[in-house]
Amino acid sequence: MQLEQLREHARGRLERIGNVVTSQVWRLGFASRFLFYLVMHSGTALRRFGLTMKEIYFTGVLSLIIILVSGLFVGMVLALQGYETLQRFGASESLGVLVALSLVRELGPVVAGLLFASRAGSAITAEIGLMKATEQISAMEMMAVDPIARVVAPRFWGGVISMPLLAALFSAMGIFGGYLVGVQLIGVDAGAFWSQMQAAVDLRNDILNGVIKSVVFGVAVTWISVFEGYDAIPTAEGVSRATTRTVVTSSLAILALDFVLTALMFTGGNNQ
Amino acid sequence: MQQSPIVEIRNVAFGYDPARPVLRDVELAIPRGSVVGIMGQSGCGKTTLLRIIAAQYLPTAGEALVLGQATVGLDRDGLYAMRRRMGMLFQFGALFTDLSVFENVAFPLREHLDLPEELLHDLVMLKLQAVGLRGAAQLMPTELSGGMARRVALARSIALDPQLILYDEPFTGLDPISFGVIVRLIRELNDSLGATSIIVTHDVQEALGVVDYVYFMAAGRVIAQGSPQEIRESGEPFVRQFVNGSLQGPVPFHYPAPQYADDLELAST
Repeated sequence: MQLEQLREHARGRLERIGNVVTSQVWRLGFASRFLFYLVMHSGTALRRFGLTMKEIYFTGVLSLIIILVSGLFVGMVLALQGYETLQRFGASESLGVLVALSLVRELGPVVAGLLFASRAGSAITAEIGLMKATEQISAMEMMAVDPIARVVAPRFWGGVISMPLLAALFSAMGIFGGYLVGVQLIGVDAGAFWSQMQAAVDLRNDILNGVIKSVVFGVAVTWISVFEGYDAIPTAEGVSRATTRTVVTSSLAILALDFVLTALMFTGGNNQ
Repeated sequence: MQQSPIVEIRNVAFGYDPARPVLRDVELAIPRGSVVGIMGQSGCGKTTLLRIIAAQYLPTAGEALVLGQATVGLDRDGLYAMRRRMGMLFQFGALFTDLSVFENVAFPLREHLDLPEELLHDLVMLKLQAVGLRGAAQLMPTELSGGMARRVALARSIALDPQLILYDEPFTGLDPISFGVIVRLIRELNDSLGATSIIVTHDVQEALGVVDYVYFMAAGRVIAQGSPQEIRESGEPFVRQFVNGSLQGPVPFHYPAPQYADDLELAST
């Protein structure tokens, strides 16, 4: 009798796990079809580029303050910590290399991506979700205007274009912060700082890979943001949940993708 | 010879769950040029019916013929081509909050027609003048009262001179003056555009003053129909209760519940 109950219990639990897995797989499939449809209907966003420019302003230009200030501070901290470690080995002149490589390869794309997700991604989700809740999306459909082409696609491309630029600015600001602390404050030789950096940072292996990372993160974050907004339950609670999901899912996606990309780009690749 | 109806609903059923259909065996025909009311209690399926007419939902059984075309089987382009001949006023206007009044009304024109800016300006002003809000062109939607927002939305929904205008609860939450304005506009715009209007509403008394014909719905079916006069004089108990707004009648005041005494646990003491 007890065994029967136990079996029943296990089956129930298994069923729930199965349900969660299938619903997640279904959602991923739905999101992929959404992305495909969005890309196929991007004509308006690209033809009337003003629409996309407006979104670049909202997601990119308005994110500048947080990106630049964070970049500056991350670079300054990197220089402090890096100097502390490097001087133990008498290699404090390599500070420029350490700061630049850390930023260009990893911290630039990743931290800028995380900031972008919380500053711009959440705003995109909330805006599209609220447009849905206030029937603006339905109104557009009733005017024979495809909301995915008119509302979603410009936001998507705006985000995809903004993200690599923000990551590049983050890295540049970080290097400047590293220079301020390393050279101006601590007194590392300026010539060594810059020339070692110039010699060690490779255009293809480091900068291009960093740019690729930031493009991938930009696509991932913006895709998640527009999808969560479009798929949000059109109520105050639904939009708030969707916004939270955007930040959580985007952040996890960035970190997971970063691991995969780093593994592909930097393990053994340099020796070839 | 009589013209064919602009909207024909034949034997339509709709439901997310087959066990609990929202609409059952709905039949109606809406003649061109008329203002028709679809009335009934909240939750009776009238908004769902409006969405079937707008082809936002497809019937699970039966057929909806709108502007001479069946909504089932239309592809995206066909659907959009049909909707360009349709206007819809949403319950709370659904104005684009990031665009000014002028740009809201200009939106469908900009999206569908490649007009020179001066002509576009004149067209938008014409539409705003029709709803009496030409002076509010530069305001943002957040600066408008509920009644004004509804009028701007009305100007936007007639921007492309539609043949069919759908109104989803157009009177909800309006003060008596705004209300009177909207009622008058519905009639005037319908007649001056030569359009057909369908009004979904539960404000029966008010709507009876503007419509030519009424379909009365309850529990997903059409239970009565006729001219406003016929509806006012209807012997159908549900219609009578609804038109008079009385507590006595087939619709009970109480939602189905267990015995009051049981809920208060009086029996156990």
